Amino acid sequence: MNVVVCVKQIPDPAAPGELDSDNTLKREGKLILDESDSYGVEMGLQLVDTAGEGEVTLVSMAPNGEVSGLRTALAMGAAKAVLVSDDALAGSDALGTAKVLAKAIERVGDADLVLTGTESTDGYTGTIPTQVAELLGWPALTFAKHIEIGDGKVTIQRQTESGYDTVESPLPAIASVTAGVVEPRYPSFKGIMAAKNKPVDEVTVADLGLEGQVGWSGAHQAITEVNDAPEREAGEKIEDEGEAHERIVAFLDELKVI
Amino acid sequence: MGIGTVWVFAEADGDSVASGTLELLTKARDLGDTVEAVYAGANADAIAGALGEHGATTVYAVDPGDSLVGVMGAAALTKLVGEHSPALVMFDQSYDGRDAIARLSARIDRTVVTNAADVNVDGGQVRVSNAIFGGTKIVQTAFEGEPPCLIAFRPKSFAAEPSGGGAAEVVTVDGVDAGRAAEAKVLDRHVEEAEGPKLEDADVVVSGGRGLGGEEHYSLVEALAKLLKGAPGASRAIVDAGWVPYSHQVGQTGKTVKPKVYIALGISGATQHLVGMKGSDTIIAVNKDPEAPIFSVSDLGVVGDVHKVVPKLIEALEARA
Repeated sequence: MNVVVCVKQIPDPAAPGELDSDNTLKREGKLILDESDSYGVEMGLQLVDTAGEGEVTLVSMAPNGEVSGLRTALAMGAAKAVLVSDDALAGSDALGTAKVLAKAIERVGDADLVLTGTESTDGYTGTIPTQVAELLGWPALTFAKHIEIGDGKVTIQRQTESGYDTVESPLPAIASVTAGVVEPRYPSFKGIMAAKNKPVDEVTVADLGLEGQVGWSGAHQAITEVNDAPEREAGEKIEDEGEAHERIVAFLDELKVI
Repeated sequence: MGIGTVWVFAEADGDSVASGTLELLTKARDLGDTVEAVYAGANADAIAGALGEHGATTVYAVDPGDSLVGVMGAAALTKLVGEHSPALVMFDQSYDGRDAIARLSARIDRTVVTNAADVNVDGGQVRVSNAIFGGTKIVQTAFEGEPPCLIAFRPKSFAAEPSGGGAAEVVTVDGVDAGRAAEAKVLDRHVEEAEGPKLEDADVVVSGGRGLGGEEHYSLVEALAKLLKGAPGASRAIVDAGWVPYSHQVGQTGKTVKPKVYIALGISGATQHLVGMKGSDTIIAVNKDPEAPIFSVSDLGVVGDVHKVVPKLIEALEARA
């Protein structure tokens, strides 16, 4: 059972986001593992454990050969990583990114299952898992809140507006997992030390045969304007000294909802 | 003068049309010379009336059987785009809408913009508005490639209004080939029974966050919601913690709500959450931390302990009932 997990390395989401002069998200400085990808990493490790054989390989695309987020996932227990890093990737749209990830997954070679998050925390386009699946010609099982493997098949509980659907597909396939599908482990000290020596295969756009198809030239969309949104004004603020509920009742009364 | 043909990827909600589909059709009438729907689901005849009433003259329909709606929808769209060359295809930012737009994008090699809040046409060019950084900035993106433009909109970006048209003509799409993607099959469906109004349709939404202190205190949220004939919601933090199901989540990765009154209990107001509820008419927040960001968008902010304020509030409302 070989599992490939797509992971994104992002600027710390706790810090306020900024745009560069070309209107792309500022990604300089240290990047961290997107928390929403830690669920896929954990799920992959558990599925490999249950199968009793195989390994988890990470696939990531990042500027400047950034590996700090990958090291976190390697410390959790992934065996190795493919990192696509190239100046030519700047400005890539979601489909360009999906092309890169699909080629990188093919480079890994023997994946039975590919896991992703449902969307990244910084860009949140939310189309990459299915775009990658289509480029590979595979089924995609999206928004999985539970995953089981058996008999060459993957079965998931797929989140719906009103509950969930049980969806099954033969392998190989892609599944995107929701936050909370499993509880991601914290890397152990031993894991952190071991991660330093795990192989990271750094490749370029040319290595993947995608020259001219990704980055600005492949994006077919351009940001024309960035404006401040109209701000919502804060209203009345009171401190509760035992009577605040009365103010809320009066307020609801004024709004005619009671 | 519109931009030509605009399509809406139609979705059903039980036996009727999803509210998001009607919102998109309403907007599509402003943009296109011809507005049509593409539907992957059972019984297109049952929804053709509502689609037509909101402006669609035709609904192209494919029955996905036990395959996924997004897979069969994208396969049908691929075939139809080749035959009809629409200028724009609009999707709802729903689970199936996201599957469909993503597969179609890769199949026909077109860029996508998702999480859109608005769209306009300027000199024949399609421009999309998106809110970023928790809704503090609005980014406008122009499509530059070959049509069709593919856009997924956040729910409630537009208000649905009927145009008074007759039922849409149902055209069945044959010979749809989804390849290996169709091997994913829906084995069965679980519908969680919910009382009261739906979260996205309720006039009053009461949401709880980490400040409730524990799963057992979510009953405060439910009790208050019930008294106000509203729906209970939640922040991502307590959904991830497993206190309540994902269907309750309000925010970037959850539902977008625009109720008359939104009451946030023990929610700090991470940008993730604000994006999903900032459009509410009135916001009331109760939180212990006077610096909590939720207060910056609240019409009435109460700095206090939810465990003290809310039980008294419930008691006072019960006394009035």
